[in-house]
Amino acid sequence: MRFSDQLETRIATMLTHYPVKRSILVPTLLFVQDEVGYLSDEAIAEVAKRVELTELEVRNVISYYSMLSLKPKGKFNIQVCTNICCMIRGGESIFDHCKKKLGIGHKMTTPDGLFSLEEVECIGACSWAPAMQVNYDFHENLTAEKVDAILDDYKRKAQQ
Amino acid sequence: MADLVSHPAEVKVVSKRFGKGAANIDRYLELDGYKAVQKALGMDPDAIINEVKTSALRGRGGAGFATGMKWSFVPKQSAKPKYVLCNGDESEPGTCKDRLILEHDPHSVIEGVMIAGLAIGARIGYIYIRGEYRYLSVIMEKAIADAYARGFLGKNIFGSGRDFDVYWHGGAGAYEVGEESALMESLEGKRGIPRIKPPFPAVVGLFGGPTVINNVETLASVPPIILQGGEWFASLGTPKNGGTRLYCLNGHINNPGVYELPVGFNLLRMINEVGGGIWKGRKLKAVTPGGSSCPILKAEECDIAMDFDTLMKAGSMLGSGGVVILDDQTCMVKYALRTIKFYQHESCGWCIPCREGTDWLKKSLTRFHAGAGLKKDIDNIQYLAENMLGRTFCALGDAAAMPTISIVKKFRNEFEDHLEGRPCPYDPEAVTQQLPVLAGAH
Ligand SMILES: Cc1cc2nc3c(=O)[nH]c(=O)nc-3n(C[C@H](O)[C@H](O)[C@H](O)COP(=O)(O)O)c2cc1C
Ligand code: FES
Repeated sequence: MRFSDQLETRIATMLTHYPVKRSILVPTLLFVQDEVGYLSDEAIAEVAKRVELTELEVRNVISYYSMLSLKPKGKFNIQVCTNICCMIRGGESIFDHCKKKLGIGHKMTTPDGLFSLEEVECIGACSWAPAMQVNYDFHENLTAEKVDAILDDYKRKAQQ
Repeated sequence: MADLVSHPAEVKVVSKRFGKGAANIDRYLELDGYKAVQKALGMDPDAIINEVKTSALRGRGGAGFATGMKWSFVPKQSAKPKYVLCNGDESEPGTCKDRLILEHDPHSVIEGVMIAGLAIGARIGYIYIRGEYRYLSVIMEKAIADAYARGFLGKNIFGSGRDFDVYWHGGAGAYEVGEESALMESLEGKRGIPRIKPPFPAVVGLFGGPTVINNVETLASVPPIILQGGEWFASLGTPKNGGTRLYCLNGHINNPGVYELPVGFNLLRMINEVGGGIWKGRKLKAVTPGGSSCPILKAEECDIAMDFDTLMKAGSMLGSGGVVILDDQTCMVKYALRTIKFYQHESCGWCIPCREGTDWLKKSLTRFHAGAGLKKDIDNIQYLAENMLGRTFCALGDAAAMPTISIVKKFRNEFEDHLEGRPCPYDPEAVTQQLPVLAGAH
């Protein structure tokens, strides 16, 4: 399996940064996931080869990190923080609002594959709570209306 | 991205370039950038360490360890390469300050890493950035590339004949990885499980070499110390608590945001003056002063100087500077529950007291908040949490136990209010939300 040229270059560069190959594992897995959509069996086998580990060792690492996923997610992964600072400023009702609006629950994906939803721990947006991330984009100081506008925006983006 | 705030009480040292486009290297240079590292290149390593000792800079990552002292523990001679590791895993709930530094002033972090490297005799520095902060690793990647292009990094930096490399390294979602030994495991491509200490990282760290691990804000404080002097920095704070801190003022206040204030600034003033007071005309109930792991302060305990030693004396901690301010409508049982839910989720499972303790605490508190708690459970929660203290490889177990113990101690009445099937006084619907089996009982 070959990754995009850009990712191949990145992997080759990263390998020069450490005294051991294995060090590139965690960032590489996330970059591969971003490109492939999830950590497929094929992708895991390929990464294992690159870092000279067994697939089992790689899976062992994958299972530790909350962002790494063995299953495909929606095109837009909505991650709503309900940790303390968000919770006390309405984060839970933002999460409920997303559930209702999308008709799915925690760690589920809409049938059209557009959105996934996840309740997450603190994302470092506590002073702008309640907050969420859609893929890597931060959305802060949320209200239900704001969430509606944001989701509509992503829907529009998907249609383009 | 995240909104910046400002208040006249602020003293801007670490945040002085925020909002000024300093992620651009030319702009950074115009704003005194890379002057400190050039000065440090002309200094003896011991002189750098002494300047940092004089500054009374203490770690901004949570434990508040004296930075100069930490650097001095690194052996002068080492068969293995030495490393500087910058901790940008920022995941302690309530903390969102490293994000601003990495966004607005990435070069100051690079410069801090370089100066730490010169002080301990390292030639390589890694900047670990949590996976969720992808946009910040993009910013950091560019900043590092620009520094290489100018000859500030790589071979013969600033024509000094010395070499120094800096790389950024990405995480993939894990609070525990912020713990220094788990951080090194993660950088070595493993699960983030803590190492037994001793040996401490200063002696045996990354790839077995002596390693200094510091928080982003700690390292960003170093260039101003080298440029303006340790004494100046120390004079900004209180004795043994030098400088300023980025306090993240969160929760039920009118003007939440990240404000840079002298270490030792009064907490009530922080809430009322800087933060604009409690929102919706309500009253203050309690404050978590330094990130979710710190023991809670009741409203009447909040007339206090926010420095490491004063908070320690008051039975709490300054931690990571994440101040969570709670109004009088907050259910403390729910707050304790959400806090423990986090630690239960993030416990790496390596130590039994932490893995089992957080799980049982979560179960007990869930039952409590749903109104199905028993009176004896109040003491059980306390007993369980106390027995986690100091019995784990890393401090995650303590981080989970300490807030729980303090909330039960200081707000026992609220636990009693939930007894005997009484729904949460602040949230009567909690019963059906929390315990589906009880949903039919009403
Ligand atoms: C469970 C746990 C999580 C931690 N998370 C972080 C973190 O996200 N960022 C950080 O700088 N320090 C974190 N720390 C503290 C680090 O172990 C370490 O003390 C710190 O990075 C040292 O830097 P400093 O001396 O500059 O504060 C954590 C500690 C524990 C026990
Ligand atoms: S608690 Fe939600 S972002 Fe920190």
